[in-house]
This record gives sequence, structure tokens and C-alpha cells, in this order.
Amino acid sequence: MLDATPKTTCDQKAPFDPREWLRLAAMPHFMCPGCGHGIALRALLAAVHDCGIAKDDLAVVCGIGCSGRVGGYIDANTMHTTHGRPLAFATGLKLARPDLTVVVVTGDGDCLAIGGNHLIHAARRNLDITCLMLNNEVYGMTGGQASPTTAATRVTSTTQSGAIEPTFDACALAAAAGAGFVGREVTRQAPALKTLIARALRHKGFAFVEVMSDCTEIYGRKNDLGEAPEMILSQKADMRPEQHRDAPDQPFRPNALPTGVFVERDLPEYGERLRAHAAAIRGEITP
Amino acid sequence: MTTLTALHGNHACALAAIAAGCRFFAGYPITPSSEIAEHLSHAMPKVGGTFVQMEDEIASIAAVIGASLGGLRAMTATSGPGFSLMQENIGYAAMVEAPCVIVDVMRGGPSTGMPTRPAQGDVMQARFGSHGDRPVVALAPASVQEIYTETIRAFDLAERLRTPVTVLYDQVIAQLLESVAVPAPSAVRVRERKWANGASGWEPYAADDDGVPAMARPGDGHRVHTTGLTHAESGFPTQAPPVVDRMMRRLLGKIDVNRALIEKHETLAAEDAEVLIVAYGITARAARRAVTTLRETGVKAGLFRPITLWPFPEAALARLAGRARAVLVPEMNAGQLVLEIQRIVGHTPPVRPLTRIDGEPIAPDEITAAVRELAVHA
Ligand SMILES: Cc1ncc(C[n+]2csc(CCOP(=O)(O)OP(=O)(O)O)c2C)c(N)n1
Ligand code: SF4
Ligand SMILES: [Mg+2]
Repeated sequence: MLDATPKTTCDQKAPFDPREWLRLAAMPHFMCPGCGHGIALRALLAAVHDCGIAKDDLAVVCGIGCSGRVGGYIDANTMHTTHGRPLAFATGLKLARPDLTVVVVTGDGDCLAIGGNHLIHAARRNLDITCLMLNNEVYGMTGGQASPTTAATRVTSTTQSGAIEPTFDACALAAAAGAGFVGREVTRQAPALKTLIARALRHKGFAFVEVMSDCTEIYGRKNDLGEAPEMILSQKADMRPEQHRDAPDQPFRPNALPTGVFVERDLPEYGERLRAHAAAIRGEITP
Repeated sequence: MTTLTALHGNHACALAAIAAGCRFFAGYPITPSSEIAEHLSHAMPKVGGTFVQMEDEIASIAAVIGASLGGLRAMTATSGPGFSLMQENIGYAAMVEAPCVIVDVMRGGPSTGMPTRPAQGDVMQARFGSHGDRPVVALAPASVQEIYTETIRAFDLAERLRTPVTVLYDQVIAQLLESVAVPAPSAVRVRERKWANGASGWEPYAADDDGVPAMARPGDGHRVHTTGLTHAESGFPTQAPPVVDRMMRRLLGKIDVNRALIEKHETLAAEDAEVLIVAYGITARAARRAVTTLRETGVKAGLFRPITLWPFPEAALARLAGRARAVLVPEMNAGQLVLEIQRIVGHTPPVRPLTRIDGEPIAPDEITAAVRELAVHA
């Protein structure tokens, strides 16, 4: 029978050392200088450490994109799958191995365009998976084409005179599809990001975290957003943390991007439901 | 103890999967395969397995591969349109060497085609449907009994060779009711996947002489990286030409090294046949009848029935075809497997297709007539 108890834990009280969680042999990593995905990676590792999850019990399932390459650097059970499908792969893995902590790392194109269907169904099904969507508003890996989160007027290699399509609000989408935990954080607020991911990991059920990341090399340069430091500093003008959500707007600082936790609700977790249902069919328990 | 019972083809497939130790099924409804999912939705929980209905066929095969990487024997079932959607991830399974079984119950195509009519139009899709070169194993049962045994064999080959295996049959046998000898559970043999045993120096894609690497399970301490990118023995991506060449030739060569294990065929009156019929699946049953009728009237007809379609049992066919004056390939498509037969046989003896694409199975009379024609003219 399927057992959902993890076999080991790590010492979460020991100080966090990212080198212990990385495959150092895989270094140097391939990310461009200043790319936000590296900050997300570190925040994820720190959060995993804080939650006391052991490497052997951690499975990181990635899609295809710069975001998808993040997993390969983690010293855990890592799967680099196909474009848009990591949530579907993770669903099979988590159902087969409920003892594992399953984290999906995906991109805005991976998760919202080609994989959009899997996102809404993973949120609806509510299997215990933590999904990190690294949103850099562009297809980084393929050279900077527009994605479903590319803001209007932004220049990309497929919107050379500015994007015109409306964008997805990924958090609203995940919440509407039924996710029990939904949150967003910018890479500028690395400690807050770590805390948010840790909360998502502890949440039982599908947890969706949108990480606002920067594609410095392609998106930043094309749109004259400055170097990596300028890009990351400008996140401050965008974000509006939970505690300031009702504060008045400041001139020249739109702060239009809510961050923090949007949804946190206890819903029946799919794997538990499925196993209870199966036990009832076998006559082991009364439904 | 073997028990005799009457089963529909799809039901036999579901029972065989359970008997073969399959403990994970993910699928998406599609005629004429849905009964497999319906049966397994009841049967899986009873044996401690998992059934999940996914949002589409892409997700279904992805979930199956995820479960396989988690250590379970896993399967999905579909028909032509769904099989098309699965192709990218079937290539992924071949590349990362994740064992899994894909059942494709063929219906009239292309496109939505004729959902409730039989066809054999996915033979080449099973061979070439996914991009790039990859190891391919596909089995083609011809009866409900054989759906049972070949589904079990599909798991055995998938686990043994660490590769996806397709079971191809058509709507007729899927929904045919026939008696099946169901073996006792103890008589069902599926070889265990080669597991990494913690030996030092082990690498996730370093293979033994049989071309098959031992596999690690998440949680066993190996912490493997699995990627569809071309990878070295270490599992990490590489584009170094000599390494890529070595890895890809080993991956593809896995089939050649193990041909004896994979190939399977049956013959009827083939040794002295002047006209050799090559037929598979439901069409082979019509061909069997045709051979009997023809022999009764003095025509030396014979049947070569591949049970393994890919890799095709080519040495066995070449030997028998070399003695015949003509080869006839009846199939319910516009002429697919005939291309492979022509490749194997060459120009002599001549290889002729007999095709039917109207959603009706090929009748024995049609084969008899075509053979008589060939017997006169070839
Ligand atoms: C089926 C398929 N279509 C297209 C691609 C090409 N492709 C690779 S990554 C990518 C986009 C990645 O964008 P995103 O998910 O936002 O990740 P990022 O690189 O920005 O982190 C695309 C279109 C692919 N690998 N597979
Ligand atoms: S292309 Fe963009 S997203 Fe990809 S590594 Fe470089 S900066 Fe990061
Ligand atoms: Mg992106």
C-alpha cells in the first residue's frame, strides 16, 4: 500500500548553507549575470531546509525553459521533463510516491501557455504539490519571445513594436481554479520569498507561488530596463505587499503588483482522498 | 490454476495489466479504448494501485512516466487521436528510459475519423510518431487471449528493457467477446526492473552488456537527474559529439541486442507456401481462414503473423519469403506495414498490398481472391 510518510528529515536547525544543497559538480551554472531565477533557486533551497525536508525525499520536477534548468543544480531527485508538462509528470510521481515532497519549477510560458491546462487541473485536483512559477514575462530560453505575461507595450522578439495582448494574472487563475494556497513575491524580497515558499511547502494540497523574476539579458536589454541592479530595484516600485494593500497610491510609484499570500485554505488533499477512497473500496474502512 | 472465462478485449487488457503488476494507470476517455480505463478505475484501488483520469492524453502519459520514475509499473490506454498527443512524451520515456506501457486501440483515421470502426492505421505512428530516432517496441495481438498475454509481455519487455512498449490492436478485438485462459497469478512472469543496488561507481545511464542501465528510485539515496536532453552516463546533459554518439547508439542498440527477447511471430503452412500472406491483428484471423480454404483447393498459401510489429521479426520473414513466389500484405490502412515487408523482402518475390480503408475488417474471401490472382500471375 502507498505510504505517505517521508523516510528521513534534515536538520533544519543547522545554519543554511546552499552549497550543501547544490550539485557543485554542475557549476558554473548557465544563467546570465543577474538573472532572477538564481535568487528563486536559493530561496527554494533555504525554504526546503527550513522545513526540514531531506534531499533524498525531495523531488524537483521542472519544465523546459531557463526556469526548467534550475532543478539540475539541486542535489535531490530532479526531473527535467517536457515543455509545459511538469505538473502532469509531478502528478504521477506524487501519486506513486506520496512519501516524497514534490516541487515543480516552471516558467510563465511553460505554466501559462503550453501548460495552462495542467495548471488549472492541478489546482482543481489539489494534490500535494508546491508549484513555483518563475515569471520573467518572457520566453527567456528561446531568445525572448512574448509570453502570456508580457506586459502591454513591451518589446520582445515577437512583439517588436510592443506587445498588445492582455496578460494573465497567474495567481488569480490558480485561485479561481481552486488552489488552496496562492502567493506571489518578487526576487528583490529574497527573505520574504523564502518564507512564502516555506509556507507553500507546509501547506497540504496544491500550493502555487508566483515568483517575479527578471530576465536581465534579453527582456531587460530590449526594453531598456537597465542592468540587473536597476531591474531588481525597480521591483520596489511595482510591488505592494500585504500590509500596504489598502494604502493610498504614491505619485510615480504605482505599486500595482500585490505580493504576499492571497489564498490559504484547507481543502481535502487529493492523494489522501484517493487513498481513503481505495481503502473503502477494499472494505478496510467505511466511507 | 488456469481459469477459462469469457472476456471482451479491453477487459482482458485491464485484467492482464493488474496481473502483470501494473499499479498505476492514467488516462483520458476515448473510444474504443475507454473500457480499459473504466475497468481499471475499479480494479486498481482493490490491489493498492492508483487510477487517475487526467485532463488530456499529454498529461496521462506524463503522469504514467512520473509514476514509472517513482518506481511503479505504469500504463495508459488510448486511440489514434490520443496516441498522437502522447508522441512527444513517448519519446521522452524512451530517452530517459522510463518503462511504461501504452495501449493504442486503433480506430478509423485520420483526424476524428470513425471512432467506432476498426482500422490498423497507427502502425507507422507507433514506429515513427515521435521525433528523432528512438528505440521502439510494439506488439500486435490478434485475439482476446493474446491481448491478455501480450499485455503481460509488454510489461515484461518494458521493465526488462527500460523502454516504452506499445500494444496495438483494433476496435474489433477490443470489443470482441472470446474465451480466455487466465493463468494463475503465480504463473504470470514479469521480470523485475534492474534496480541500482548502491554499488560504488554506479552511474544512472551506464549500461550492462544488454544495453540496459540499472535504475535508481527517488528516496534510495542516489538523487539522480533525469532529463530529455541528450545526456551522458552521469545523467547530465552533454553535446560532446563522441559522448552523444556513444549514448545514442547504446540507446538504439538496446533493441538489437535484445531482439531474441522481443521478436515474436507465428506461422501457418508457411514452409512450402508459394504465396505468403503477412498479416497481423484481426486481419491475420481472416488470413488464417483464407489459408485453410486455399489449401483445401490446392493453392499453396501460407501465413506469417508478426506478433511483435516493431522491431519486425525480419530474419524469420526473410527466410520464408525467400521461398515464396509472391507475398501479400493485407491491412486495414492504405498500405503501411507493406513498406517494411518490401524493405525486408526486396524485389523478389514481389510484395503486394491489399488495403481496406472503409472501416470494415478485411474478409477471408478478399484475401483468398487476392492470393489466387497472385498464384496465377506471379
Ligand atoms: C513542445 C515545445 N515547444 C516549444 C519549445 C521551445 N521552448 C523551450 S523553452 C520555451 C519557453 C520558455 O519560457 P518560460 O517558460 O517563460 O521559461 P524561461 O525560459 O523564461 O524561464 C520554449 C517555447 C519546446 N522545448 N517544446
Ligand atoms: S536568458 Fe533571461 S531568463 Fe534565461 S538565464 Fe538569461 S537572464 Fe535568465
Ligand atoms: Mg519566462
